[in-house]
Amino acid sequence: MTTITADHAHDHAHDHDADHKPAFFQRWFMSTNHKDIGTLYLIFAIFAGVVGGAISGLMRVELAQPGIQYLQGWANIQHSLMGAEPASLDQAYHLWNALITAHGLIMVFFMVMPAIIGGFGNWFVPIMIGAPDMAFPRMNNISFWLLIPAFLLLLGSAFVPGGTGYGAGTGWTVYAPLSTSGSAGPAVDMAILSLHIAGAGSILGAVNFITTIFNMRAPGMTLHKMPLFVWSVLVTAFLLLLALPVLAAAITMLLTDRNFGTTFYDAAGGGDPELYQHLFWFFGHPEVYIMILPGFGIVSQIVSTFSRKPVFGYLGMAYAMVAIGVVGFVVWAHHMFTTGMSVNVKMYFTAATMVIAVPTGIKIFSWIATMWGGSMSFKTPMVWALGFIFMFTVGGVTGVVLANGGVDDVLHDTYYVVAHFHYVLSLGAVFSLFAGFYYWFPKMSGRMYNEFLGQLHFWVFFVGVNLLFFPMHFLGLSGMPRRYPDYPEAFAKWNGVASLGYEIMAVGMVIFFINVFWSLAAGRKAAGNPWGEGATTLEWTLSSPPPFHQFETLPVIEDAPHH
Amino acid sequence: MKVKSLVLAGLLAFAPAMAMNNMALAQDNAAAAAPVESANAAAPAAEEAANAAEAAPDAKAATVAAPPRMKPTEGVGMPSPGEITLQEQFSPTGHTARWLHDVLLLPIITIISIFVLLLMIFVMIRFRRAANPNPSKTAHNTLIEVLWTVVPVLILLVIAVPSIGLLADQYKPAPKDALTVKVTGYQWYWGYEYPDAGIPEFVSNLLPPEKALENGEPNLLAVDNRLVLPAGRPIKLIITGADVIHSFAIPSLWVKMDAVPGRLNEKSFTIEKPGVYYGQCSELCGARHGFMPIAIEALPPAQFDQWVLSQGGKLPGAAPAATAAPAATADAAKAPAKTAQAAPQGAASAKL
Repeated sequence: MTTITADHAHDHAHDHDADHKPAFFQRWFMSTNHKDIGTLYLIFAIFAGVVGGAISGLMRVELAQPGIQYLQGWANIQHSLMGAEPASLDQAYHLWNALITAHGLIMVFFMVMPAIIGGFGNWFVPIMIGAPDMAFPRMNNISFWLLIPAFLLLLGSAFVPGGTGYGAGTGWTVYAPLSTSGSAGPAVDMAILSLHIAGAGSILGAVNFITTIFNMRAPGMTLHKMPLFVWSVLVTAFLLLLALPVLAAAITMLLTDRNFGTTFYDAAGGGDPELYQHLFWFFGHPEVYIMILPGFGIVSQIVSTFSRKPVFGYLGMAYAMVAIGVVGFVVWAHHMFTTGMSVNVKMYFTAATMVIAVPTGIKIFSWIATMWGGSMSFKTPMVWALGFIFMFTVGGVTGVVLANGGVDDVLHDTYYVVAHFHYVLSLGAVFSLFAGFYYWFPKMSGRMYNEFLGQLHFWVFFVGVNLLFFPMHFLGLSGMPRRYPDYPEAFAKWNGVASLGYEIMAVGMVIFFINVFWSLAAGRKAAGNPWGEGATTLEWTLSSPPPFHQFETLPVIEDAPHH
Repeated sequence: MKVKSLVLAGLLAFAPAMAMNNMALAQDNAAAAAPVESANAAAPAAEEAANAAEAAPDAKAATVAAPPRMKPTEGVGMPSPGEITLQEQFSPTGHTARWLHDVLLLPIITIISIFVLLLMIFVMIRFRRAANPNPSKTAHNTLIEVLWTVVPVLILLVIAVPSIGLLADQYKPAPKDALTVKVTGYQWYWGYEYPDAGIPEFVSNLLPPEKALENGEPNLLAVDNRLVLPAGRPIKLIITGADVIHSFAIPSLWVKMDAVPGRLNEKSFTIEKPGVYYGQCSELCGARHGFMPIAIEALPPAQFDQWVLSQGGKLPGAAPAATAAPAATADAAKAPAKTAQAAPQGAASAKL
């Protein structure tokens, strides 16, 4: 079946020259080419990442010392942009909530997801399975273009009333009733609509990946021969397909509660605010695996390539991801340990959450075992991947602490949680993004990045983010709550250190951009396979960059070349 | 835990007033420039009104003076500067939980992280290309794969057993004689009511920085009217929210419970030592989420009784002899409670 479908795609592209590129507008605005769409996703994600990162910069500047230093001034600027009177102190505080909301939503929905699934997934899933393109190229295009209005809606929400001040100040979790009766004005409606549209795009993308991976593998590319990155995207696509509709339903009910007088989340009308939290986290917990699983896949490819060894325990690695995906759907209420749930429910979610540590441990140890006995070189992508493995371990073990419902009573909604999820996302998912970026940059652009700048970027960023996020563990243990624009003097020391860490991280990002622009303009031309014999997946059999349409003649996969 | 529609009527009645209050604050720059002050200015006034109202129907209660406001001890019941550990605990579950974290969890996660780091460093040195030019092709080893699945399971079991025990501990129902206090989260202050003692709800607001400094209390943690509780006696808090979700949290007592509109959450605990214990709202609740702290003043039982009497409340042992009189007291006391609630709104809108 696989072969027949693949041949169809082949026939379809037959009359095209492999490197015939459409004109600029048609190529980039009406794109049906998975590589071009992947590039668009990556550019978008980098832009959104800069916006989301700048917002966190504002937050760290304000939090560098106790007291309110800048927030009032920023709120006044925001108000003057709107032609409104200078902001009150409460409106300045509301701006803080709008900032934390925007940072969370942008980084989750407009940076990590577009980059890791839309960007790398689009670019490399078809190539790695030996397919000429995605199954539904036009749907692929609309998946991307839905992101643009979604992002504009979210950014625009900062300039319309959202309760006390301008913008949606509900947190990325959008809990009712703060998001319903607690936030008058269109800002929260716009943010919700933004999530609807971004979510619709992601669902379409997920459908596309599942269809592509199931139907368009080259002859001989059985499921158990697929590279682990493809496995990771496959599992992720199923998580998206099952989780996002639940989010859509939850936030649709928010909309009707807000605008049409329903009371799904209002106890006064027979609803329940906790219902929203259950629905949100039924989506929200798989969502964190959506952000990290493709990173697992990327790291597996890179560790194998730079150790010149096949991935250790390939099947265990693939099914560990499946297990994480499945168990990820039945642990959601560990985000709700302090809502007043019954003791039995709390015990169940404590135990179920801890189970996730087992497949995660399998992955960590399998990566180390892949390197064991290998012949390792420490090029930039490998350094990022190694950084990922250790940082994800640190983020993972604090997750085991938080999993204990009884212990979470004091850590819930403190900076300990902020530290935990930034270790798995900002140092986990983002490290895997940089690893993948450096790994595939030569393939995507046809030019080598600058090795020195790449290594420098890693070390500066590594020191910066650790200085930024590690002290947050201390803040959380001593009780500092999340989402606070100001804090008692006792928390000043570690907040100061964290803000210093942000500055160092920002320097790292400047190095990254210098590297990207320098390499695009003047980087050495990249060979088809710049990584040598360890790089065994199909993208390295093509030129760098690959032809506009690859695999006019389908590759035939011989006996188990990559595991 | 259980939704009680009883409170809903009250919440509903209150909600429009709150909404108006918010709008007034949002629109009025003058009032909002110093919202904390305006709210605080209202509170003492409300207190006076309450005292005056108490004095009239029940002269006996007014003769009992409230114990002096307790001074907090630096570093106790509050975060210490540069602290890297959990706060010192003052409740039995707090000790168990802190033990679980400090003695079990923290060492285990530290050892695992260091173990992974050492493995990585070893691999990076031993199997670098210069040291090992020819990679092995080993991709399977059943024994080791079984090991790294089973060993983590065993470690998790070691954690899970005391962890589940801790949960059971925390959910032990409060004894019959526990003091019940109803805690209500409002945007953006707390209300405390003592139904057993017949003390009507009073509100607790953030103290402005200069007042906190004057009192020798930590800024952003100090409040005007503390939640006064007895040390050594079991306490049962019934926690709810009036408008949006708040969360009642005291790190040094290992207490955190969401205040959810339409729900009555129960949290029972015992405070071991007299003292002042601070906490902060721990669920995003709008603009002034960071400015509605919680302060518990735990008094020795005798002083607590004195405080109850000074507030016009009755002690649990007291014979309900003159049934008519206490009823009158309770009725009279309800009136000032309403003024206390209305006061902050009145102050805010008065500046319009």
